[in-house]
Amino acid sequence: MELPKELLVKFYKDMVRIRTFELKAEELFLQGKLPGFIHLYIGEEAIAVGAMANLRVEDYITSTHRGHGHMIAKGASMRKMMAELYGKKHGYCKGKGGSMHIADVSIGVLGANGEVGGGLPIAVGAGMAIKLQKKDNVVISFFGDGASNRGAFHEALNWASVFKLPVIFLNENNQFASTERVQETTSVENISDRAVGYNMPGVSIDGNDVIAVYETVKEAVERARNGGGPTLIEAKTYRLKGHFVGDPQLYRTKEEVDQRWPNEPISRFERKLIEGGYLTEKEKEQIWYDAKAEVEDSVQFAEQDEYPAPEEALEDLFEDSTNCLY
Amino acid sequence: MREITFSEALGEAILEEMSRDPTIFTYGEDIAKQGGIFGAYKPILGKYQDRIIDTPISEEVIFGSALGASLAGMRPVAEFHFADFLFTGMAAIANQIMKFKYMTGGQGKIHLILRGPDGISKSAAAQHSESIETIFMHIPGIKVIIPSTPYDMKGLFKTALRADDPVICFEHKMLYKMKGPVPEEEYYIPFGVADVKKEGKDVTVIATSRMVHESLAASEELEKEGISVEVIDLRTLVPWDKETVFKSVKKTHKVVIAHETWRRAGWGAEIAATIQEELFDYLDAPIRRVGAKNVHIPFSPPLQDFVIPDKNSVIEAVRSVL
Repeated sequence: MELPKELLVKFYKDMVRIRTFELKAEELFLQGKLPGFIHLYIGEEAIAVGAMANLRVEDYITSTHRGHGHMIAKGASMRKMMAELYGKKHGYCKGKGGSMHIADVSIGVLGANGEVGGGLPIAVGAGMAIKLQKKDNVVISFFGDGASNRGAFHEALNWASVFKLPVIFLNENNQFASTERVQETTSVENISDRAVGYNMPGVSIDGNDVIAVYETVKEAVERARNGGGPTLIEAKTYRLKGHFVGDPQLYRTKEEVDQRWPNEPISRFERKLIEGGYLTEKEKEQIWYDAKAEVEDSVQFAEQDEYPAPEEALEDLFEDSTNCLY
Repeated sequence: MREITFSEALGEAILEEMSRDPTIFTYGEDIAKQGGIFGAYKPILGKYQDRIIDTPISEEVIFGSALGASLAGMRPVAEFHFADFLFTGMAAIANQIMKFKYMTGGQGKIHLILRGPDGISKSAAAQHSESIETIFMHIPGIKVIIPSTPYDMKGLFKTALRADDPVICFEHKMLYKMKGPVPEEEYYIPFGVADVKKEGKDVTVIATSRMVHESLAASEELEKEGISVEVIDLRTLVPWDKETVFKSVKKTHKVVIAHETWRRAGWGAEIAATIQEELFDYLDAPIRRVGAKNVHIPFSPPLQDFVIPDKNSVIEAVRSVL
């Protein structure tokens, strides 16, 4: 590992922060404290963290229904995220969106998305804007294996290639589209094979290896910043939790999942860091302790926050809603 | 006053605002070299070539990218080629554009316009003839403008190009070549302000787009029989000008609503329901709706003419409420 120690430790920290947030969200959901439903990023943390380390605040991402990890890695406020999960007034969306619609346009997060593949055309649009503005920013569009079977994916890749847009299509292949296995729904073995059809570089990597993700995305981001156009990256991972919290998971066995746990990205990376002398046991404990404290603080913030007044439901449809609500 | 076409009015609006605002760009199918399938962009051909862009036939990206470009600081004007093809990319409109601001708690001013032709032309049949503006009035989240004259086209579109909310603009194919007075000096028409095209005292006819002209023609004929018709062009459906409509209903006590879209659950039903809910005591007759018959737009001329409302449909409806 030739990367600077601070960067490696930051990878670890951010993965731990995401994991801690997700475990807490799961716990709160099972306690009945969170309305709606949530999709956890547990086991996929290396992708968001490795990718985002290549971005500037002014760069953009589009996220998915499984978006908490992307948000945290891009620098979102955990307090505002947690408050939104609770449906509280000072959440990111003032309680109007919930987990699947968290956005923070001020740091380039152009929305999680409740529609599979819904972020892909939006990412292309941000790429068009960057090109017209003659800037060197980039967009990373995260999407799952299921989204790669939607028309929006194919339209977006063709378009980004034709206009040589600075968009990195970062596929998180977690093996399952909701309850359906990728092999049963997808015509190619590697989703990156589809890049050939759109005349752009395509590569598949181990999505549980944070350094592989970082380095692959780095190359794609540099190409995009220099006018070299889009890249399709498939990060192969495994969804260790159900599609949503409460998923009965009739489509797989507990044994299958148990077999996958040893390959999860955080403990894998932790062993490397400790063996390489980049992290001591004590530092490790501190990182987990700090993450728990940050998450607990976000829970406290959310619990103490108020619910929006019911009539606030009539705000935010338009900038100017005059005569638009009858 | 000088007279220009509906297309020219659109072109002037775009060019004037483009010269003021470098974030405006426009894209879609067949526009940059051809000037649009009905020539809507012919007046702007050769201007701002880096900001007038031909695209692949990829409706979901044409519409969805408008949201992304807007969030990244631009003001896109995306052309939808035919209103029928809004359905092809409807996920990006109804699930993304129309919901983004609301579901994110008001983040961002969404600067984008979707525009293009709707309505019948000469036997374009079912997939190139639809008027589907009602759907965008039904689902919350986009402002709907539907001009009937060159003057309104320019004034409403200039307002749309300065609006802080998403706008969809329906331009009837039969209107692009229509000429009308448009002043040289700059003007804007606010959304939600109807235009009383003709004052009258016996019946109020509320219409948009091509049906405004059919209603005016109907009123001229009825005038010869001594029937005085007030014709109101709503011009925008979200917001719609309740105040002007109500004032007229209180005067005439009889209402006909005319649109080219289907009669069943067309926007006229919404206006009629609102009038009867709030002005029931002022009505002297049931409100009549004029719209397309509840089938698709057929190909053969006699079939198309039978399905689509015209001047005579308005005349018949007006007579029925007297």
